[in-house]
Amino acid sequence: MSANPAEPASADDAVTAEDLTKRFGAFTAVDRLSMRIARGEVMGFIGPNGAGKSTTIRMLCGLVAPSEGRASVAGFDVGSQAQRVRENIGYMSQKFSLYGDLTVRENLRFFAGIYRVPASEVAGRMQYAVSMAGLEGQENARVATLAGGWKQRLALGCAILHRPPVLFLDEPTSGVEPEARRRFWDLIHDLAANGVTTLVSTHYMDEAEYCNRIALIDRGKLIAIGSPSELRQRGLGGVLYEMECSPLGAALEALHGAPGILEAAIFGDRLHVVVDPGTTHAPDLTERLRAHGIAVGAIRPTLPTLEDVFVHLVARGLETRSVG
Amino acid sequence: MSPRRLFAMVYKEALQILRDPRSLAIALLMPLMQMGLLGYGVSLDIKHVPICVYDQENSQLTRAIDSRFEAAGWFSTVHTLHGQAGVRRAIDAGECIAAVVIPVDFSRTLAATGTASIQAVFDATDVNTSNIAQGYLQGVVAEVNAGIEAQWLAAHGAQASGIGQIDLQPSTWFNETLDSRNFIIPGVVAVILALIGAQLTSLTVSREWERGTMEQLISTPVTALEVMLGKLIPYFVVGMVDAAVCLGLAVFWFDVPFRGNLLTLFTATALFSLVVLGIGYLISVRIRSQLAASQIALLVTLLPTTLLSGYTFPIDQMPRVIQAITLIVYPRYYVTILRGIFLKASTLLDLWQPLIGLIVFAVLIVWLAARAFHKRLD
Repeated sequence: MSANPAEPASADDAVTAEDLTKRFGAFTAVDRLSMRIARGEVMGFIGPNGAGKSTTIRMLCGLVAPSEGRASVAGFDVGSQAQRVRENIGYMSQKFSLYGDLTVRENLRFFAGIYRVPASEVAGRMQYAVSMAGLEGQENARVATLAGGWKQRLALGCAILHRPPVLFLDEPTSGVEPEARRRFWDLIHDLAANGVTTLVSTHYMDEAEYCNRIALIDRGKLIAIGSPSELRQRGLGGVLYEMECSPLGAALEALHGAPGILEAAIFGDRLHVVVDPGTTHAPDLTERLRAHGIAVGAIRPTLPTLEDVFVHLVARGLETRSVG
Repeated sequence: MSPRRLFAMVYKEALQILRDPRSLAIALLMPLMQMGLLGYGVSLDIKHVPICVYDQENSQLTRAIDSRFEAAGWFSTVHTLHGQAGVRRAIDAGECIAAVVIPVDFSRTLAATGTASIQAVFDATDVNTSNIAQGYLQGVVAEVNAGIEAQWLAAHGAQASGIGQIDLQPSTWFNETLDSRNFIIPGVVAVILALIGAQLTSLTVSREWERGTMEQLISTPVTALEVMLGKLIPYFVVGMVDAAVCLGLAVFWFDVPFRGNLLTLFTATALFSLVVLGIGYLISVRIRSQLAASQIALLVTLLPTTLLSGYTFPIDQMPRVIQAITLIVYPRYYVTILRGIFLKASTLLDLWQPLIGLIVFAVLIVWLAARAFHKRLD
């Protein structure tokens, strides 16, 4: 994991971004963002609202011109070869954007025409999209009358009619019920299994677990990138222990600022302590607390949730920023 | 440009027109409504003007004059009043907008001197109507005079030759019935086309921005030119259908004479439609809100068309500066062409100047429209 990855360029990269920056007046929406997404990878884009996820995706789709930096998608430069980029991507914007006054079939036919799907394949691919979205029998329903989950799956169906190698999905599951969200992620994995590269943004932390890798973004900056397990193991910069002890308040005080202790916090009726694995281990913690007359129960290393990692990294980012 | 993508755009847009009750209402009902309102409501003629006659002499001659007023057809309910107070009362009460007073010594004066005067009192609160009524009255009096003059000359023997042949024959060209409707209705067609054309297209692009479908659309390989043509072609068809409805109503319902040829009419109408649709599209591309776009479209089409196109106010009677400004008021060219075709049987050759004007505008607007749309969000 690194905040500014300098991975070697690979012919297999479906998406590369180098120092991608977007400023709106004095506001920097995306700040020197660099990353690579390998072919067939599902990359999750995680961050709070306004972090710059949508702007980054729009730059990669050629919808917004970068202020600085460059990016290529499917081997084409987003600035100089925008038309080729558009032929090779599928995009779902944050806002539902099919034609509500047209039927399911009419929307599919429209996008098949716009993407110039070979005439002999139109019927087959439309049929596939309909069954993928679970809309059999509703081909003649106006899209505006469909429920959220169906709309999203149909939008995905429209976005992949031309079999694009790269998909950009901007919060495709927001406002969709959990069951429908699960189905949607199954579709993304099916596509990935066929070699489709996907960059999908979300603010649901549980969805991050479905991604091959996730990129954490905050205030326009990429603050961490790696697989979910990598981030959970190393995202806090140390090893996390969960311990039962009492009294909790005194324990927290005893550990705070002690050598080898990176962080300590009360977590429900337990204490979460992050230690430097090079110098400090579980017995050291027990010893220190007992020396302060604190009763120590079970103590075990535990994995942080992605949310823990994200909160930690955002807080650290704030500290370094206020210092620098 | 890809025919496949263009067809997809046109087909989609056509479906949306058919599905959207607002567009459909503008497209189908507006021309009928406007044609009815403007065709019937706007007329520069007056008919059935109530006038009163106070005939003090009440002789055979003066009664003959009275009956001429009635027979002219412009005036209605000719009251015969008694006394100067009666005249005043009738005007005050609004029973008539003009009162004609024939003096008690009318015949005697006329016989002695060859001239005599009739007094006419007008209620000028409505200046326009009273002016027009005055014109009509003078017309009647001129006819009467012609007869009297002939008689007087005959009685006094002077200039014996040609006596009785002096006859004031009102002569009018192109609008023989002096019906201002024939003059106005071709202009109404231009007003309706301008209004509807720009209104329809002003909504199409801004609607896609508002609904978020534009973001999806510009992420696809569709080109700016395909978007423009995809939007304009279906509305061009709608515009031409509307024009046919309006022109048909003008000829078959309002009995406006049609003397030119259909090809000239079609060419001019197609060019004008292109201009107004292009203007609507330009506005829509720039203004991303439907409401604002349609308001602006209204402003830039309706105002110049009604005020400066010569539709109601003749351009050659405007101050020179304004006349110069009308050169860039595109509807003036179409109004000129329509009047030429309808009333004067003008050919393509006769109308080359306004046609060039329309062509210049069509090329300019379409060129601007093609350049206006960028496939970017920022």
